[in-house]
Formats: sequence, structure tokens, C-alpha cells
Amino acid sequence: MGRAGAHSASAPPPLLLLLLLLLLRAERLRGAELTFELPDSAKQCFHEDVEQGAKFSLDYQVITGGHYDVDCYVEDPLGNTIYRETKKQYDSFTHRAEVKGVYQFCFSNEFSTFSHKTVYFDFQVGDEPPILPDMGNRVTALTQMESACVTIHEALKTVIDSQTHYRLREAQDRARAEDLNSRVSYWSVGETVALFVVSLSQVLLLKSFFTEKRASPRALHS
Amino acid sequence: MALPLLLGQLLALMGHGGAFYLEVRELEEKCFIQEIPDGTVVIGNYKTELYDPAMEKYQPSPQWINLFVFVKDPENKNLLARQYGPQGSFTFTSQSPGEHQICLHLESIRFALFYDGKLAIHLDMQLGEHTNDYAEFAAKDKLTQLHLRLQQLVEQVELIQKEQEYQRWREERFRQTSESTNQRVLWWSILQTLILVATGVWQMQHLKSFFKAKKLV
Repeated sequence: MGRAGAHSASAPPPLLLLLLLLLLRAERLRGAELTFELPDSAKQCFHEDVEQGAKFSLDYQVITGGHYDVDCYVEDPLGNTIYRETKKQYDSFTHRAEVKGVYQFCFSNEFSTFSHKTVYFDFQVGDEPPILPDMGNRVTALTQMESACVTIHEALKTVIDSQTHYRLREAQDRARAEDLNSRVSYWSVGETVALFVVSLSQVLLLKSFFTEKRASPRALHS
Repeated sequence: MALPLLLGQLLALMGHGGAFYLEVRELEEKCFIQEIPDGTVVIGNYKTELYDPAMEKYQPSPQWINLFVFVKDPENKNLLARQYGPQGSFTFTSQSPGEHQICLHLESIRFALFYDGKLAIHLDMQLGEHTNDYAEFAAKDKLTQLHLRLQQLVEQVELIQKEQEYQRWREERFRQTSESTNQRVLWWSILQTLILVATGVWQMQHLKSFFKAKKLV
């Protein structure tokens, strides 16, 4: 991180330089919001490089598959398990990183033998960066307009987050409804076929009881 | 004056890691699903690394390792099927709303002896308003900071609007599926009752005529 000193050819005010250095040390928003398919008896791990003192949060939800549950565990760079849950449908976990390094979070479907799951996770590290680098740590306070903008921005982020959760739940319900629809079709066709087969075989079986075998009646009569 | 300095720092930071990474082997395909409304721009910044067993850590990939990206839209049409270098970014815009599948796999383009090497793909996918480069807007149109903030809010609201429209479309599909199930259950139960009655009647008639022929009735 000593590159900040090397780049400053023309001398900007030392305060600005300090602010830039602080910005460099500040946690950057890294994170991902992804949905992936986890096959049966499989495990999928993701790794993330986290600075010391940074706060990260993991949000996950199972969208389709089986009983809609998955195992999840989070490990710190030293190998300690800081979070472990089995057969959870959805959960949220936040943690402040004590150790700098690569943190690993894994989703496991190893307990299931035939249902593959679709899992959504949202992993966020640090705080949100400002839209322009020099808007971050300002020396002067924000004007009223700017504070209003910040408030609205935070509120809209909440709206977007709740839209995401709603969309996930709706995807779950829709998958179930489509499943039900196809199951009804298959079951109806299957039952019709079974009905025909059973009624036909009933009639044939009954007829066979009363059909004389060639050999025995002759033997009885004589 | 300060701008090149700032851009320099930003670039330095971006080179430091980026988002999460996952471990893969060569040719192992990893797929992700993104459920997005139509007209959404998705940018995926990635970086690949090769595990060096001698140094026991990941080193940046050599040039002969390429990333193949396949993007399928909800109707299973190929939106993007391209080969990219060991690091860079891919982008696509969704044409129809729904579940898009993004599949990645790594391949070495020259015939290299690939001992069972571990590879890591660093991935950072951004959608919608996060894909905007505000620094570019500021430089191009000479907007003030307040203007930029308002621009960000406008983009956020547009994203919310698009998501709500997409939700309306999804609920309609959900309702259609439920109504179809309802209809199917109704018609099939009526049909099956009729079949049952008809089969019973046929059975009785057939057996009656059979027994009459056998002179048992």
C-alpha cells in the first residue's frame, strides 16, 4: 500500500493524501449474489479474501429441490468453523473477521441421494463504496440535499433487497406449482391405464374360472 | 490533477482480489443462474489463477488458459458463447425475462500437460445500476456530485420498476399454471368417473352374456 506515496508527483495537500490512504485501507464492497445448482451428494465451496476487522454477511436460501434444505458451513483461514448449520432452508449470518485471509463458505448436499438443489446466496463484505472515489471521506459535512439523497439511497436498497426475497419465495412456489401440474397429468394418465388393465384382467380371470379345460370334464363324466 | 491519481489507486485496488473465487479443475463446468427482467445489463469481471504446488499458492494464469462462457436465456437460446482470455470481463443484456444460465469452464488452448491442476476463478458479477461507471459520466457530461447522486437514485428506481414488471409477468405465469392444474384435476376426475362407470357397465354386460352362453344363468 505504499504505492500512494510513489504516485503523488505534484504535491496535493497532505490532508487529501491522508484521506486517500484511509480510502485505500477502507474495506471495499466485494460480494456476490448468485444462484447455482448443487447436484446430489455434492459440495460446493466459495472462497473470499477478507481483511482483518471487516464485517461480512452471508444470506442463503434454497429455491428448489427435495425438502428445500441444505447444509452450510463457514471456515476462517485458520480452519476453525465459525458457522455450521445442517438442513436449513434459509439463514443469514454476519461475522466480523478477526483474522485476515481466505474465508471459505460451503454448501453441502451430501445427505441427499437423488434430489439436486438450487441454492441462492448473497455474500457481502465491507461497506458500499461511494460512486466517485473522492466522495467517500469528506472533510465538510454533506448538504441537506446530499443527506436526503443518501437516505433515499439506503431506503431504495432495502426495497431492492425485499424484492429479491420476494422473488426467491415466488420462484419456490412457482416451481412447486409446475411440479404439481405435471404430476397431476402423469398420475391421471397412469391411473386411466391401470383402470383399463385391471378391469380387463378381472373379466378375463373370471372367465377363465368358468372355462372348461378339455381334459377334466371328460374324466369327471366317465 | 487529482483524477489520474485517484484512478490509479482505484485500478490498484481492483487488481487486489476482486470478488470471491471458486476452485475448479480444467474442463469442469460451473453454472450459475440469474433470474433477471428483460433489458438488464450483466457484467462479469473475472480473473483466473493456477495453483502452483511448488509455492503452495495461486499464481495468475498463463496466457494459454482460456475461459469459455455460455449464457442461455430462459428459452434455452444461446445469448453468449465465447472464449475469453485468462482475465477480463464478459457482458450480456437479457432479451427476455426469466432464468438465465451462465456456465463457465476453463480450457487450455494449447496441448499442455495438465497434471491434475487446481484452478481458481475469481468472479464478480454486477447487474443493473452497479454496471454504471459514474466516473465516466462525471467526466463526459461534467456533472456535479449532487447530479451523480440523483442519477444513481434514478437508476435504482428504474431497477425497482423493472423488477416489479417482471414480478407481474411471473405472477401471471404462476396463476396460469395454477389454473391449468385446477382445470386438469377437474376434467380428469369427471373423465375418470365416467370411465369407471362405463367399465363397470361393460363388465356386467360382458359377464352376463358369457354366463348366459354357458347356461349358468
